[in-house]
Amino acid sequence: MKRCLGLVLLALGGLLSTGCASVAPWERGSLADYTMRADRDPLDDTFREHIFFTREAASGGRGVGGGGCGCN
Amino acid sequence: MSSRVDSIRRTLGAVALLVLLTLSASAAGLKKGDAAPDLATFGLEGHVPAVKGKVVWLDFWASWCGPCAASFPAMDRIYKKYKDRGLVVVGVSVDETTAAMNKFLAKHPVSFPIVRDASQKLVALANIETMPSSVLIDASGRIVALHSGFKGAETEEAVEKEIAALLGGKKP
Repeated sequence: MKRCLGLVLLALGGLLSTGCASVAPWERGSLADYTMRADRDPLDDTFREHIFFTREAASGGRGVGGGGCGCN
Repeated sequence: MSSRVDSIRRTLGAVALLVLLTLSASAAGLKKGDAAPDLATFGLEGHVPAVKGKVVWLDFWASWCGPCAASFPAMDRIYKKYKDRGLVVVGVSVDETTAAMNKFLAKHPVSFPIVRDASQKLVALANIETMPSSVLIDASGRIVALHSGFKGAETEEAVEKEIAALLGGKKP
């Protein structure tokens, strides 16, 4: 029972850690691409915010974090 | 009941220790006072200049890094000013392809040596926190300063001051 519990906790820890992919600062080449920037087209973002708000009363939730150079 | 609770506590403690050990291992990197790594052992592409007995400014950069582009003219200025006094600047590109590196260099030409850390082993050893980052090494091969990021004139002045001190035989 104790061994089983230990194994379950270890497996859980392993599974949870795979969800946390860390990208080293020198590996951000793909993330730094222009298409990965959340703020690349402010006008488009404004249009979309307006559409989502007027049609669905939804707002925010845009711009997934993680993109960009991460420099300085 | 208490033995079961103790067992759970011990297991959780072991897992927590494992996580902490993993985190501390990944935080290792170059520190002030460390011996500088031997550049010849990392399979760097390009001509690695002779650095023994010289003050070395090792800079990690990439073609996709905006502040790196801003830092290159400053680095070139400092290199031209102090190279005859024994300063060696080595720009270590961490780009995944030579084409990306060359495209950047065509737009931002410099006179100091550029090498590419194709396997990214050197930069992983340095474990830099941000791009660009640089390491200042004295003539005896010891790391005397580390700079994370490039913040324009502030960084340029700080590094130049340190280089001038080292070339003058003083500690920065």
